[in-house]
Amino acid sequence: MHRLPPQCKLLAVAAFAVVVVATPREWVWVLAAYGLPLGVVAATAHVPPGFVLRRMVIEAPFVAFAVVIPFIGLGERIDVFGVALSVEGLWASWNILAKATLGVVAAVLLAATTEPHMMLLGARRLRVPSLLVQIAMFMLRYMDVIAGEARRMRIARESRGFQARDLRHAPVIARSAGALFIRSYERGERVHLAMLSRGYTGSMPVTQDLSASWRQWAVAASLPGTALAVAAVGGTVGAALGGAW
Amino acid sequence: MEIEHAPRRLIVHVPDGFFNLAVSVSAGVVAAAGVAYCLRGARRELDDRTAPVAGLVAAFVFAVQMLNFPVAAGTSGHLLGGALAAVLAGPATAVLCLTVVLAVQAFFFADGGLTALGVNITLMGIVTVLVGWGVFKLVTGVLPRRPGSVVAGAFLAALLSVPASALVFTLMFWIGGNAPIEVTSVAVAMGGVHVLIGLGEGLITAVTVSSVLAVRPDLVYAARSLTAPLTLKTAGGEVTAPAPAPERAPARPGRFVLGGIAVTALLAGVLSFFASASPDGLERVAEDTGFGVVAVDHALAGQPLADYGDAGGVPVGVAGVIGVAVTLGVGGGLFLAVGRGQAGKRAASKTERG
Repeated sequence: MHRLPPQCKLLAVAAFAVVVVATPREWVWVLAAYGLPLGVVAATAHVPPGFVLRRMVIEAPFVAFAVVIPFIGLGERIDVFGVALSVEGLWASWNILAKATLGVVAAVLLAATTEPHMMLLGARRLRVPSLLVQIAMFMLRYMDVIAGEARRMRIARESRGFQARDLRHAPVIARSAGALFIRSYERGERVHLAMLSRGYTGSMPVTQDLSASWRQWAVAASLPGTALAVAAVGGTVGAALGGAW
Repeated sequence: MEIEHAPRRLIVHVPDGFFNLAVSVSAGVVAAAGVAYCLRGARRELDDRTAPVAGLVAAFVFAVQMLNFPVAAGTSGHLLGGALAAVLAGPATAVLCLTVVLAVQAFFFADGGLTALGVNITLMGIVTVLVGWGVFKLVTGVLPRRPGSVVAGAFLAALLSVPASALVFTLMFWIGGNAPIEVTSVAVAMGGVHVLIGLGEGLITAVTVSSVLAVRPDLVYAARSLTAPLTLKTAGGEVTAPAPAPERAPARPGRFVLGGIAVTALLAGVLSFFASASPDGLERVAEDTGFGVVAVDHALAGQPLADYGDAGGVPVGVAGVIGVAVTLGVGGGLFLAVGRGQAGKRAASKTERG
């Protein structure tokens, strides 16, 4: 999984996400079964479950929102343990939770098995405009530097007893942001001049050969392919049985 | 990469499954069109330094989005940064930077769904920059040409860009949100909080811009028109040096506004087309708005549950597949066209230089 060319993985994960989102929410078992191919990917890539779980914290705000929907949702009500919940709200909650979780797990697995740099090289091979890819490459190179600078400024503020409590303290943070912009920009100008003096002509050289074989494409396509197959089987069985299941 | 995330974030990226596929796809088309337009515009704003400087601004926006500011007791917001990036680096560059930031967050940090990337780019990249830059142009057009006006314009631009983004979110939710919540209550909840967040965003943007203006006014894209012409004092008296040939043509607001109108028209047209094609969201909401809360309870109670199965069944899936095919075609065509244009330009500039 780590060795697959990045463009295959990018397309596979994006196609998987589209299949998941296009699945009707009433196909409960189909949505549940989508977890299987993801589990296989995680197992073959040796990504520990704890890692995936930790990264899934990112969707916490929307989980909170999804939990609230059945209480404030409109429409027909149903009694669950003595609490009247909206039926439509429960469906919506399930829909958001299931699809968001599947999407997040797929993206986490992609990020866990692909270096950021390789992901951008893959994006370039997928004909994403080169300007965007280059911006992203420079962003990745500068991100840690600027985030580190911001962290040092925050520590400096806090070691002087500053704590933002309400909106009146916003100007202090804003002046830090201004200083951060100037420092970063001046650093960027120096780096740019240094690059020019070393022969930068507007594009970074690519040293790796990233061409993908048909076999690799087939391996990558198995993720959305499995999901599609699950959806097709689930859909026909569901139609045969009839009704919600 | 250790990225700190706030425990309570009011502005979150939309995940997969929050909007139906039709809205996600239409927003993706809008985002692709907007980005394609801005790819051309960014070359006007920044010459050969486009990629390095835009990458730096993107990293700065990423860092700034981690700055939390307290809004009210117990809750805090964080900067969207659209208006700030537009004032500092120019609108087209700002859209590209925010696009890259959102894409990196979606692919590397799983923050925001992959199918919702178009929604997120439209909401947090295109709408904030478009509204912010439009407001900024209006304000600085009215006020005298002074640094203070730039700061005031930045404040109002950032202040209004956040509720505007929330408003468009509500509009999308009305058209194709996957949750049965009354739109007015969503609008009230989003609007109220986001006016407060906008206040914080405006304050921080204005102070940031003014502190950059105080040290390096040449770095503020929006303040470039303020630079006074160079005067040389020679033996023969004062001579105003001819302004250096404008290596960067100033962005023409007229075309930008036209582009904005085109994007909005596309948004309205494509969204309503898809929304009416899928019976899921709009029908229900039409009933909501038509009958009010009490009547809706009754109206929906009368419907058999099986109706939902029909509404969410195969037709939507088929429509989704068609939509995806269309997006792939349109988006791919755009990317190819832009890519070829760039390659041509690069070749041309190489021959000029060499």
